[in-house]
Amino acid sequence: MSIQQAPAPDTYVKQESEPVKNYLNAEHTVASWLLTKDHKRIAVLYLISITFFFIIGGVAASLIRAELTSPHGRLFTNDSYNKLFSAHGIIMVFFFLVPSIPATIGNFIIPLMIGAKDLAFPRLNLLSWYLYTIAGGIALTAMIMGGVDTGWTFYTPYSSVYSNGQVVMTLIAVFIAGFSSIATGINFIVTIHKMRAPGLTWFRLPLFIWAHYATSVIIVLGTPVVAITLALVAVERVFPIGIFNPAQGGDPILFQHMFWFYSHPAVYIMILPSMGIISEVIANGSRKRIFGYELVAFSSLAIAGFGFLVWGHHMFVTGESVYLAMVFSLISFLVAVPSAIKVFNWTATIYKGNVTLHAPMMYALGFIGLFTIGGLTGLFLASLAVDVHLNMTYFVVAHFHYVMVGGAIFGFMAGLHFWWPKITGRLYNELWAKIAAGIIFLGFNLTFFPQFVLGYLGMPRRYHYYPPEFQAWNILSTAGASVLGVGYLIPAVYLSLSLIYGKKASANPWNAVGLEWQTASPPPTENFEDIPIVTWEAYDYTMLPDVESDLDYSSLENEGSVSGVPAGGVK
Amino acid sequence: MSVEAAHSLHNEPHEHEEHLAHQFMNREQQDESYIVGMWSFLVTEILFFGALFLCYSIFRIQYPMAFQEGHEELSWVYGCANTVILLTSSLTMVLSVHAAQTGKRILSAMWLAATSVLAAGFLVVKLAFEWYPKFQHHLIPGVNFHWPHEQFTEVAAGKAELFFGLYFAMTGLHGIHVVIGIGIMAVLGTMLLLNHKSTQYYMPIELAGLYWHFVDIVWIFLFPLFYLIGKR
Repeated sequence: MSIQQAPAPDTYVKQESEPVKNYLNAEHTVASWLLTKDHKRIAVLYLISITFFFIIGGVAASLIRAELTSPHGRLFTNDSYNKLFSAHGIIMVFFFLVPSIPATIGNFIIPLMIGAKDLAFPRLNLLSWYLYTIAGGIALTAMIMGGVDTGWTFYTPYSSVYSNGQVVMTLIAVFIAGFSSIATGINFIVTIHKMRAPGLTWFRLPLFIWAHYATSVIIVLGTPVVAITLALVAVERVFPIGIFNPAQGGDPILFQHMFWFYSHPAVYIMILPSMGIISEVIANGSRKRIFGYELVAFSSLAIAGFGFLVWGHHMFVTGESVYLAMVFSLISFLVAVPSAIKVFNWTATIYKGNVTLHAPMMYALGFIGLFTIGGLTGLFLASLAVDVHLNMTYFVVAHFHYVMVGGAIFGFMAGLHFWWPKITGRLYNELWAKIAAGIIFLGFNLTFFPQFVLGYLGMPRRYHYYPPEFQAWNILSTAGASVLGVGYLIPAVYLSLSLIYGKKASANPWNAVGLEWQTASPPPTENFEDIPIVTWEAYDYTMLPDVESDLDYSSLENEGSVSGVPAGGVK
Repeated sequence: MSVEAAHSLHNEPHEHEEHLAHQFMNREQQDESYIVGMWSFLVTEILFFGALFLCYSIFRIQYPMAFQEGHEELSWVYGCANTVILLTSSLTMVLSVHAAQTGKRILSAMWLAATSVLAAGFLVVKLAFEWYPKFQHHLIPGVNFHWPHEQFTEVAAGKAELFFGLYFAMTGLHGIHVVIGIGIMAVLGTMLLLNHKSTQYYMPIELAGLYWHFVDIVWIFLFPLFYLIGKR
């Protein structure tokens, strides 16, 4: 009775003797990479591209921190400093954080997790990478040609009328990057709706899939709005139609409304995929089903839904109606509910779990702590009176870095380490991975915790001159940034080395459940030799034999009932 | 639970195997994926235009007089003509999709050609009879805008400029969608005539149809907002 649930056993046997065909060695030409329609190869292309932009954004961040060691701004002119933090923000938000997890890990893992041969639209997926690359190229060209000093928020009328930088070019880059992200979003929505393996019902889906579904909905609904908004700013620079220019009867606050209508949900585009990864890693690291699976799944959708109703909390001091502000404040507080559901349920999963502190788990635990701080300080900023004091200070900077770096990047690192053996077929050095996780955690807190204090004491963001009494806190923060930088270099080294010297990974090195672990590492081009039939719930760690080796699902065949699965195909 | 059931998933004979992309298990799955994908795309398009409709609504409420005066510079006759043209093109599009579904390849291509001609007619009316005279009347914001009504102050003129800014932005974005539509129809029509294997299968034409109806519907909203509302 060999139903093709387990990977074809001879896949591993062959691995020892002759190289098995997988997606990496299927073809070797440059064209086979640049014209690939395989979601796994596109994910790798994306991983290389976003790493490149992460380095550029990171260098900009280092220069900012270096500048801030002195209260007198010794390294850069005012203009250069403005361009520097704008470049950091634009690169990190639009070219790293938004595509980081969905376009790399999501792209690679989603079809594997749901037992599909590819995403629904492979060509659209490749187009998405090309759009991203073109957009990135334009953004870099704009930076080289002088950059912009508008900040990543492009507030009008400064950006639309007065700024002298390469605003139009940068806006075009962000506009194109937006369509790259829409392409990914549409692809994920269709894939998750229509491509699931037989028997893989919605409530058997891993939470990673739920998180990406919620993310894709935000991308599809939010991105077009910011795209047209930024396009209008670009148009206004060429033809002064005046929609955002008060001198012509336009409304600059309208820009902020339309900008934040996307850009607040965009924060959830960054954090939700990360939360999906944390669910996977916590379940594996605790060897338990995620506590309250359904609630965690729905909390992703709730965050996506509430996310569209809170944009006004960025604008409490713009003179928006106080009644409007009260409603925005209230709904912003409500976002804390689904977020807290996730945090409490992860904690409850770890409780009495059989915890393994592998590197992904260390990042996941780091995520829970840092996201909690980032989330709770968000409530300070959502409070109307407190926000008046903290708005436009380093408190805001610290808050969103706790969410975006402490949250999104920790999730990204957890996922990268968790699925690295699947993606590359190699094991990395676990000891160094743990050391790096520790260094990044320390460096991160040392960088950003002092910024909470600075902000509370009143240091405004985006300034490079500050009263000398803030210098000690700034130097602490810069010291932390150096530690953080070293922390990021270590994974770059051992992950690269693992490609050459790493031990070959088995199909399931973490002894995890989930369809992606049932195919070879790295997976063959078509993902599965036969489409699997799913008869078990997500994270059903009770069904695993307690061994550290490959999965053996033979015990399932007697209890699982395949007869319940329609034989004709999936709906 | 049977070996046969598992095998049948893998080796199911497909009715139209040659039109089945490798990632799909059967035609039904492929068709549904295309339809869901297209509708998701149209949702993004709705929000894309939606942001502009929001701007329009806000400024219309704020500056009713300027919008009234601006609106009177537009000719409802041309707007009406274009509405008739676009609605007719929707009909020819439906006929093309129907012909494709019933396997009438040449007929489908002919209806697509008719749709493109109507779409081009829409653009001719828009550009030659509407946009070009506006250029002559100095109504292009930022280029040569001069508000002819002397009783208006400079501020009111700015607001009229805002009206025309929105007019050009919204009808311009719609016009770009019409041009893209013509491009899609030209490619699909050529492929139909050459009997290309992608168009032996009606789904691409069905999707083009969905897109074209969306472009029509946007115009159905633009037409009253710019040409009709405010008419006394």
